[in-house]
Amino acid sequence: MADLVPQFLVNWVDWGMGIFNSLPAWLQYLTITTWKILFVMIAVILIVAFSTYFERKVIGSMQARVGPNRVGPLGLGQPFADVIKLLIKEVVVPSQSSKFLFVIAPLLSLTPALAAWAVIPLNDWYVIADINAGLLYVLALTSVGVYGVILAGWATNSKYALLGAMRSAAQIVAYEIAMGFALVGVLMAGGSLNLGEIVMAQEGGVSHWFLIPLLPLFVVYWVSGVAETNRAPFDVAEGESEIVAGFHVEYSGVAFAVFFLAEYANMVLISTLTAIFFLGGWASPFEGWTFLNDIPWLAWLTAGGLHWLFTKMCMFMYTFFWFRATFPRYRYDQIMRLGWKIFIPVTIIWIGVEGVMAWFQVGPWSGLGA
Amino acid sequence: MSRLISYIKTFTLWELLKGLSVTQRQFFKKSLTLEYPDEKTPQSHRFRGLHALRRYPNGEERCIACKLCEAVCPALAITIESDARDDGTRRTTRYDIDLFKCIYCGFCEEACPVDAIVETRIHEYHMENAGENIMTKDKLLAVGDKYDAMISADKAADAKYR
Repeated sequence: MADLVPQFLVNWVDWGMGIFNSLPAWLQYLTITTWKILFVMIAVILIVAFSTYFERKVIGSMQARVGPNRVGPLGLGQPFADVIKLLIKEVVVPSQSSKFLFVIAPLLSLTPALAAWAVIPLNDWYVIADINAGLLYVLALTSVGVYGVILAGWATNSKYALLGAMRSAAQIVAYEIAMGFALVGVLMAGGSLNLGEIVMAQEGGVSHWFLIPLLPLFVVYWVSGVAETNRAPFDVAEGESEIVAGFHVEYSGVAFAVFFLAEYANMVLISTLTAIFFLGGWASPFEGWTFLNDIPWLAWLTAGGLHWLFTKMCMFMYTFFWFRATFPRYRYDQIMRLGWKIFIPVTIIWIGVEGVMAWFQVGPWSGLGA
Repeated sequence: MSRLISYIKTFTLWELLKGLSVTQRQFFKKSLTLEYPDEKTPQSHRFRGLHALRRYPNGEERCIACKLCEAVCPALAITIESDARDDGTRRTTRYDIDLFKCIYCGFCEEACPVDAIVETRIHEYHMENAGENIMTKDKLLAVGDKYDAMISADKAADAKYR
């Protein structure tokens, strides 16, 4: 085996390891964490790039069209063509706007979407910051994202942008509550605020996932997640007929690209979080099917890991696109009614049901919160 | 009872799932897109595109400057001036069609007693400078000469219906 690797490569690795080992402990930790962060960031940005492509392909198929197919094989170069186009366009800053806020707003909306990845466990060892209050951290950061939206609308100094920002802010705040309550149920079932431990609590096959005992909470969390990211059918923030594109009407070029990136990064984040909270995160759905281990090449099916988290995330991303191709946009008052008068009561009732059932150890609820 | 059913339908998201199943079924169907520059729809021989002036097989232009096309044109796109030629026959000295005014109704073609003005199947053309939208007599005759085979075939195919 050692003969297969060229000698100079071995020397390089030895040299690198020598330098690494001579560093003080805090610098070693910093180096490793930086690489971990870089890996996650690049992965998220690549997923965002290709999810724009797959969104157009999926919605195209559902509308009997083909979607992008001109740039590169199968149109796979489309996301890069879009990025290059946006990068070379001029960023127009409206003369009446508050310039500093106008420029800083897209960053304020992108940063939380990326920062939330710090506590997300990709498998049983890969997590950037394994903190005990991970769930609270995620809730806090997804709420901060609304500042980017509202500042963008405010700083633009345009009536359309302001109205769009107000709508989306009210919507995000309303659904935040239902989301929080749904997570209380997850917290009760998992018995921990640490996302890794929540996933561990769901290990042992599909029947152990929180999906079944917490089904209403799962639906509420997922739909609130769609509303939280301002995606169809909750995209009143960008009603073309009344307020053009909403809070980002006046953004162009790179600034618009950052908003776009933030929206999709949020979608990826919500998809991953839903997978972690309700579908067992990196856990395999075939856990315990030991006969699969005997079949060559299929052992990965029963093993938990990044591939299962990725699969579940893709499933939810597909659902995002599926919703967009299916549902017409909700009216604003319908959104508010759904958020305040249906989701919040449903979550509160189900938390009660879950508590009582888990106390008496009934059916699928037995063993929750152990 | 019907109220109970409606509650059950609401909370199981029945209508939404029905809608989702429609789009999902559509997802697996073949797309109807025609990738235009690579694929084209079949054209009728009666397609009304760019205009052309035709000639007789001996090279004599067909148009006799009767101005019926000019009179029938609903968009006033045709301008004709005529004069007597040296051999004493009446011919046009000017035959202009403004393509920006033309609505491609085909009335000129139907009004023509000698089948001189026709609309060909050509529909992929463009102008790069102001003024190129005016099809002069020379340009119209050039189109007619170039696509004579196609125009004759189309006329022959349509002959039994006229």
